[in-house]
Order: sequence, then structure tokens, then C-alpha cells
Amino acid sequence: MLDDFVTRALFAGIGTALVTGPAGCFVVWRRLAYFGETIAHSALLGVALALLGEIPLVVGIFGCASVIVLALYFLEGRDALPTDTLLGMFAYGGLALGLVVLAFFPTVRFNLNGLLFGDILAVSRADIAIVWGGGIVALFVLWRLWRSLLATTVDADLASVAGFRPERARLAFGLLLAAIIAVAIKIVGVLLIVALLVIPPATVRHLSRSPEAMAVWAAVAGALAVAGGLFASAELDTPSGPSIVVAALALFALTRIRRS
Amino acid sequence: MSADSQASSPVPLVRAGGIGVRRAGRWIFREVDLEVVRGNLVFLIGANGAGKTTCAKAALGLIDIDEGYVDRSPSLCVGYVPQRLAVSPTLPLSVRRLMQLTGRFPASEIDSALNSVGLERLGDPPVVNLSGGELQRLLLASALIRKPDLLVLDEPDQGVDVAGSDVLHSLIDAIRISTDCGVLWISHDLELAMKAGDDFVVLVPHEHEDRPLSRPDAV
Repeated sequence: MLDDFVTRALFAGIGTALVTGPAGCFVVWRRLAYFGETIAHSALLGVALALLGEIPLVVGIFGCASVIVLALYFLEGRDALPTDTLLGMFAYGGLALGLVVLAFFPTVRFNLNGLLFGDILAVSRADIAIVWGGGIVALFVLWRLWRSLLATTVDADLASVAGFRPERARLAFGLLLAAIIAVAIKIVGVLLIVALLVIPPATVRHLSRSPEAMAVWAAVAGALAVAGGLFASAELDTPSGPSIVVAALALFALTRIRRS
Repeated sequence: MSADSQASSPVPLVRAGGIGVRRAGRWIFREVDLEVVRGNLVFLIGANGAGKTTCAKAALGLIDIDEGYVDRSPSLCVGYVPQRLAVSPTLPLSVRRLMQLTGRFPASEIDSALNSVGLERLGDPPVVNLSGGELQRLLLASALIRKPDLLVLDEPDQGVDVAGSDVLHSLIDAIRISTDCGVLWISHDLELAMKAGDDFVVLVPHEHEDRPLSRPDAV
């Protein structure tokens, strides 16, 4: 069944969307879209380091993103610079540094286009195993963090008083997001991954009565966007990563038109 | 209530001595003493920017203090009512879901907590649709459902009209008497504090000198 590349793409894409939907809810609630962008952009540096160190790309991207998450965690509030300035520095610093490092090694060949916009049609069985195995772990971690993270999102002091650890929840979610993005970059690429995090939750916001319902519906909306985007990409011969994002946007527009 | 035969003065729920907090090289407040015992209503009074909220958070251990000491009774259960709740409009949170935020409670306990603040007819609307007064009462109910030993209220009458604030005051007093909890009430209303409080602490904003109060330490 997994012999066909479209089927493999569908499996990998849906597996990704089932994780980015629920995790993306917190990105929307906690206004972390730019934080996600920073992690994604820093992936290029991670790729460069992975190619040089001859380690798997996912490991390189996650390692580099984790360092940036930790750096932001310790700098935020301690440094006079506002958060979005810090994020901008890390995002474009990581992107630029990655390209500069790669330029020193002209013999290293890799698919920059695939990295920027995703290469879902090239996923292997191993990629699918990583997406689903990692996805199950990510959803489990998110489920364990859920109460603490939700209380922190509503009010960090209320969460502290109730015995939660807001700072720890914040850091844990940052690292979780780094891991999710590291895996999902293969599917939609550095420049489009945040779309998969924010559009499905935004689409289902008005259909949801509770945070938990919103997380489930966001997963469903993301999976529909992947299926629709891949179908359109095959029919119209359009690039698959961007097609998935366009499908997600179309779904968003559809729910808005029905409301008004 | 337990018989407290030997002790003439009850053990405080929280006692802070000479506490101070500094941020970015400036003292927000210094040398504040604060004590709340069970059944007492203590006001923390100060103008805007005097560091009232910071001081209360320091007493609760939510932020670190830079001088002084804080003793809290072990296993102290605190009910905290923040000054305002900035719930993102993107978060679908209903009244009853908010009540479950810090723990799982049976529906009957949620009902009785909402009852005790006069919100029994509210139903289960999204939190973002509530008025300022309703939100304050809801926050109070979500603090009460934890059966706190110490209730900390950060300007609970902000955003509530005068009639509503009178109702809120008598409601808080009734809760203190019926549950015998200690109350730390942050306010800028000195008149109210002198009239209703068992004790009050005034924070005065001024340039706190950067002299060492106790022996200087290496940091």
C-alpha cells in the first residue's frame, strides 16, 4: 500500500497534521506564531550542522532549535530587548548563518527548495515511521502538559498558586514545538510550517465549545487540508507543500463564508 | 474550629518581615512587614505603581524577594483572584470549564461555588462574554472552590460600579466569616481599609536608597 508515493505522502502529511493541529492551538492561544517562525528559520542552521556532522537532518534541526528555545527562555525578560526583536535576531541570524556555513562546503549537496517549501512526495517509509512514532510521543507529551499549559495560558499566577509550574510548562512546550517543527519541515518546509500550526486552529475556533474540542477539530481540519492539498496537487500538477497550505486557507475561508 | 487553648496569638497563615523586591537595579518596595492570620482581613494599600501586586506575589512566593523573609504555614492553600484576566478571544473557555482549570471538581461543588458568589443563574456562557463584575465574581468562585486558607484579592472592585462594589465587599466579608479564611485585599482605598480591615499595610512609592539594610552580601 505504501508503494505509491502519493499514498506515502498522504500518510506522512496526515500524521503531521494530527500533531500540528492540537499543538497549533497553543501557538494561537499563546500568540507564539513568530516564535514558531524563529524555530523554523533556524532549521537551516540545523541542516547545515547536520550535513557537516553527518547526523540525521531531523536530529540536527531539533538540536539547533532546542538551543534557540533555551536561549530565548533565558534571555526573555532578562534582556532589555523586546521579545519580537530577539525572535527576529534568532530567526534571520539562524537562516543567514546556515547559508553562510553551507557556502564553505560547496561539495555538500542538498535540496534547498525542498527544505524551504517541503518535499512531501519524496517521503520514505522511514520518514513515515518518524512522523507517526514521533507524533504519538508528541501527542502524549502534549496530553501530559495540557492542564498545566492551559492554566498557564489563562493566567500564570493562577497556575502557580494552584501548584502548576508555569515556567516549566512554557519551556517544555517550546522544546515540544521544536521537535514537532523539526519533523514537519520535511512535509511543508521551513517557510510554510507555521501555516500548518495556525490555520487549522483558526479555522475551527468558532466551531469549538471547549479547548479540548478545538484541539480535536484542529487536527481534523489539518488532515482535511493535507488530503485536499495533495489531491489538488496531483490533479493540477502544483507543488504539494504550497497546495496543502492553500487548501488549509480555502477551508478557513469556507467556514467564514458559512458563518456570515 | 479547633480548640486553640495555649496560643494567645494564632499562627499566621503568612508572615513577611522586611521584604523588598528590586527590578533592573531599582527597588520596587522595601522593608514591608505583612501578616495575615486565619479569619483576618488585611488590606494592602498603595497608589498605582507602589508595587502592591508585586508585594502580594512576593508574600505568596510567586516571585523571589531580594531582602527580608517570608514564612508561610505548611500546606497553605491559597485562593488568588488576579486584578484582571486576559483570556485570549481565541481560547474557547466557558464559565464551567474555567472553574475546572486548576483541578477536577464535581458539578455539585461548582454549583455551590457559583451560588456563593451569586452567579447561579449565569449558565455556561463563554468567559469572554462576561461583564467586568461577572468576571470578578467568577474568579472569586474559582478561588473559593479550592477551599483556600488564604484568599488574596487584587483590587477586586476594579471595573465594577459603586453599587456592585458594595455588594462585592459584603460578599467577601460573608465568605471570610463563613469559611474562616484569612483575606489579603489589595486596594487603593484607604478609607475602606480603615473601616473594614482588621489591619492594613501601606506601600509608599519613593526613591528607596540603595543602602544595605542588613549586612551586605556578595551579590
